[in-house]
Amino acid sequence: MITNDVVAHLANLSRIALTPEEIEKLTGELGVILDAINKVQEVATADVPATSHPIPLVNVFRPDVIGDTLSAEEALSGAPEHDGSRFKVSAILGEEQ
Amino acid sequence: MTDLTRLSASELSEKLQSREISSVEVTRAHLDRIAAVDGDIHAFLHISKDAIDTAEGIDVLRRIGEDLGPLAGVPIAIKDVLCTLDMPSTAGSKILQGWIPPYDATVVRKLREANLVPLGKTNMDEFAMGSSTEHSAYGPTHNPWDLDRIPGGSGGGSAAAVAAFEAPLALGSDTGGSIRQPAAVTGSVGVKPTYGGVSRYGAIALASSLDQVGPVTRTVLDAALLHDVIGGHDPRDSTSLRDEWPSFADAARAGARGRSLEGVRVGVVKELDAPGFQAGVSQRFHETLELLAANGAEIVEVSAPNFEYAVAAYYLILPAEASSNLAKFDSVRFGLRVNPVGGGTVEDVMAATREAGFGPEVKRRIILGTYALSAGYYDAYYGSAQKVRTLIQRDFASAFDKADVLVSPAAPTTAFKLGEKLEDPLAMYLNDVTTIPANLAGIPGMGLPMGLAPEDGLPTGLQIMAPARQDVRLYSVGAAIEALLEDKWGRTLISQVPELVTR
Repeated sequence: MITNDVVAHLANLSRIALTPEEIEKLTGELGVILDAINKVQEVATADVPATSHPIPLVNVFRPDVIGDTLSAEEALSGAPEHDGSRFKVSAILGEEQ
Repeated sequence: MTDLTRLSASELSEKLQSREISSVEVTRAHLDRIAAVDGDIHAFLHISKDAIDTAEGIDVLRRIGEDLGPLAGVPIAIKDVLCTLDMPSTAGSKILQGWIPPYDATVVRKLREANLVPLGKTNMDEFAMGSSTEHSAYGPTHNPWDLDRIPGGSGGGSAAAVAAFEAPLALGSDTGGSIRQPAAVTGSVGVKPTYGGVSRYGAIALASSLDQVGPVTRTVLDAALLHDVIGGHDPRDSTSLRDEWPSFADAARAGARGRSLEGVRVGVVKELDAPGFQAGVSQRFHETLELLAANGAEIVEVSAPNFEYAVAAYYLILPAEASSNLAKFDSVRFGLRVNPVGGGTVEDVMAATREAGFGPEVKRRIILGTYALSAGYYDAYYGSAQKVRTLIQRDFASAFDKADVLVSPAAPTTAFKLGEKLEDPLAMYLNDVTTIPANLAGIPGMGLPMGLAPEDGLPTGLQIMAPARQDVRLYSVGAAIEALLEDKWGRTLISQVPELVTR
């Protein structure tokens, strides 16, 4: 059962600061969508194996040599904030931690 | 003088090779066309500043006698989901506004190596989530056949660009129909290759087990020529197939030569020939089947009972994979950063950034995917959906025992009105009923025009599907059908697109 509390919990897990209005709207929409897609359980019986990949490949390896990689400058080129060699972020821990 | 924007890529190729025209002339003609009509169409999010310089360089190479590929000097539009070194790559999202990637997608690198001329980046539903391009953070694209209608999605920008003669070629990506459905509703041609046939490296991922990059064009031969350029193994994509692919252009040319349909078993998927489809779509589909039968194809009915569950399975698998793929938009390494009022931890910044940077459809699917993957629900939802995927693959396997290719309408309706389904996500999802099964099974599919619906005069699309790794059949059969239909009509379908107001 999808409730406002469930959606608020999922939003927290997804790291999206949804507004109360968005939570309310999504709760209704997700209920309708889940009712419709619930039907997968009708045919997904125990004897049917799962497919995770349409064309499975195994042991995809490459030689263990250094290839073309991004320079630090290139890797940092799109960062909102950096100090020239590292990404900059705000505090990892909050006050209560 | 011929209007260069009306020519197909293969026609341009001939004129470029005979030096009747230069790449600069072709490129300028398309840039002028974009300037004249894109205010109304909004197919492009960004126009390249380097296009003329690139074209000049290619003209020089030709002048000094370099050995150039068939599409050298031909302009191309690139869906904004693909990373480009010299142009912003936003995937239609605010969270990537202005982001310039530090690398090219492999398909883009291949375009440059084959000396095509990138014109710009095309509009799309945000992160390719949608069937109408209305979920773009930068506003919708308009269908050249009727500016009040959707161009399909998610690749509406690429399809509208070729249908409005702003580009002869474009690249798209197809996760559940985002190349084939826009082709259907704009009267253009689009191909989703076999999963792994074209590299996904540098394609901003939506659902990694479903995504595939492919050609968007106005003719089957043009799609084949472009597929020949972008296909093949890429060590940077670990799902890339090592197959040696035949020339798709040769297959298209052979298919168009006539009598190529004799003895070909064409399977009609009963479940995708449904009474709920628009009358004019069904009518054109059945007329096309009659035309195929009259030209020696053997029409057989096949049943795929589990297709009924395809949309449901897709809307579990896609959100699950998307919620994981989109976790990378964390305000640290690229894209937007929004600091909450009064500051906060890195997680608070992340949550504020994703709230501000993602649109409603993206949030909807991330939340849905997070739910489908959460402990206690995983087996019931994601696990069940993966089982349905097996059942759909089995349905295809038994269908392909009886048929060389399968056909269906590429979309259940013609283009609907902008805004019509925007507030009803489920109705929008059901749009993809015809195209989703191919993605779930990894098989290739093509969308191509099959006539205008009598009731509204808008394009209808045929879908052709082939077994995995048999993309070549799409081109031989597709080119044959295209030739027969154009012979019947006495012209191409796209030649009937209304003239746009040029500004």
